[in-house]
Amino acid sequence: MSDNKHFILGVFDDEDVLMHAVHDIRHEGVKIHEVFTPYPIHGLDENLGYKRSRLPMAAFLFGMTGASLALTMMVSMNGFDWPMNVGGKPNASIPNFIPITFEGTVLFAAFGMVGTFFTASSLFPWSKPVIFDKRITDDKFVMAIDLSKNKFSKEQLSHILKSNGATEVNEKEL
Amino acid sequence: MQVSSSIRPPLITGGKTLHDVTNDICRHVESKPNPTWLLAFGLSVLTLSYGLYNVYRTLWYGIGEWGLNKTVGWAWDITNFVWWVGIGHAGTLISAVLLLFRQKWRTSINRAAEAMTIFAVLCAASFILCHMGRPWVGYWPLPLPNTFGSLWVNFNSPLVWDVFAISTYLSVSLVFWYIGMIPDLSTIRDRATSKVSKIVYGAMSFGWTGGAKDWSRYESVSLILAGLSTPLVLSVHTIVSMDFATSVIPGWHTTIFPPYFVAGAIFSGFAMVLTLMIITRAVYKLEDYITIEHIETMNKIIILTGSIVGVAYLTEFFIAWYSGVEYETYCFINRATGPYWWAYWSMMTCNVISPQLFWIKKIRRSIAATFIISVIVNIGMWFERFVIIVSSLHRDYVPSSWAMFYATSVDVGVYINSFGLFFTLFFLFSKFLPVVNMAEIKSVLKSSSEIVPVSNSSSVHAH
Repeated sequence: MSDNKHFILGVFDDEDVLMHAVHDIRHEGVKIHEVFTPYPIHGLDENLGYKRSRLPMAAFLFGMTGASLALTMMVSMNGFDWPMNVGGKPNASIPNFIPITFEGTVLFAAFGMVGTFFTASSLFPWSKPVIFDKRITDDKFVMAIDLSKNKFSKEQLSHILKSNGATEVNEKEL
Repeated sequence: MQVSSSIRPPLITGGKTLHDVTNDICRHVESKPNPTWLLAFGLSVLTLSYGLYNVYRTLWYGIGEWGLNKTVGWAWDITNFVWWVGIGHAGTLISAVLLLFRQKWRTSINRAAEAMTIFAVLCAASFILCHMGRPWVGYWPLPLPNTFGSLWVNFNSPLVWDVFAISTYLSVSLVFWYIGMIPDLSTIRDRATSKVSKIVYGAMSFGWTGGAKDWSRYESVSLILAGLSTPLVLSVHTIVSMDFATSVIPGWHTTIFPPYFVAGAIFSGFAMVLTLMIITRAVYKLEDYITIEHIETMNKIIILTGSIVGVAYLTEFFIAWYSGVEYETYCFINRATGPYWWAYWSMMTCNVISPQLFWIKKIRRSIAATFIISVIVNIGMWFERFVIIVSSLHRDYVPSSWAMFYATSVDVGVYINSFGLFFTLFFLFSKFLPVVNMAEIKSVLKSSSEIVPVSNSSSVHAH
């Protein structure tokens, strides 16, 4: 493969047209690099054949970590390291520790999941994104097709995109 | 591109296209601040400076600057703290609970409501810091090793639970708010013309491109954050109420407090959202985004929560009598007929009677009436906290220690400080960040899908 990546970009104006196009174009055997949209479209990820995100699992595991850390912290501090006699009640009294255990769970689950999301999608303040078209974040839906990964020619792809409702077909080299 | 359905009324009016949405929301971020904004922002900064002078007096001379005494040890400080935390709850409710219930109308107001949550919680935190008296040792409630000056904290205390609850709530809300803003910040980045805004919004948008994989993850994250925030928001005000409920003060020691506080929080929060949104929609000309339908729906939630609060007031009174506890009964009779009768009856009028006016459709759909009632509700909710705190404390078990609380100018000044802080932050937000969630608005523009013919894409442009 050459260093330069050559992309064919199909620009769409409408989400329904795009959804049908994604389905039909994939059916014709074209490998789609990625579809860029101004807003989340329900079902687009399934249409593109993406697997379900495993972020819920990450959230669960981080949440469990938070719960155990919070509980361990409270039991070890109040129960063993420096027990305090408060009205003769048990030193490590689990019912009283539930609120903070809950907060610890939520805190770890939320931050752990968001951290995983940022890492997986490489979302950082210093990220240098590849912007195929500046109108993506406004009102255009762009389907990017990597020319080197497809057996079709530029003209064939352009024709496929146009016949599936693309209003423009552009090229971009990276 | 808006395609209207004959069955369902559109959530956004005015026949907006996707590009119109971008233009309408980005306009105020990109243009120079207008004179109204400058005036409002200037006034907020002025208010904040006056407030900070009073905070300085509190910190330099001590809590003695306030009207507290040995009997009434908590008054305006905790009243204001609970009031602001309660206001904050509406933001999370709108963004999380309504997301779980698939209430799509929330998209127009969730951004501003979440911002309001964060600023309100910051205001609440400022009272906690001030009322400590020695804020430079404000880290003592944290579980730090004994060498830092205190023993391990006592995890049996609701005040410690509160530290964890409020800080978790603030940080999780902040993350939720920011994640929702990343796609919109990238819209501003892609439209930016000046070098500074290209760099600033470029960094703030975290390199978002709008790829389908990223959107899929974004949706997962939003849904789970909503699922986490829903019990979180309930836990926060529950724990705040336990600061009172686990004590043995008559008037505080009641099991009704957690649900009653949560309902009150949603009640005052929605009122504050309405107050702010009515101003914001007029200033930024967002009448097509925040419509009368939105206002009416929120007013219905105000009737519901206002009625729950009303039932709670009556239940408290009934239980005070039914329990047969002399102190409890006296406390409630004293609230209604004692020296603080005016606070009690202000609370009753503002919170129980005024929202009932929303049963009348004309009032519920009137912007002026909604604005007035939303302000009245928040006045009432302030009095509710004042009544609970001060009227329960001021006559304790020994009549020789009975006392009154009189607010000093510094008490008032520290309260004014929180308004200055809140509005300074809110005006900064409304100028430099997108006040309405553009991406989510775009996703609800079409009231109905699948009615556009696939092959004939030219017909899509018809409005």
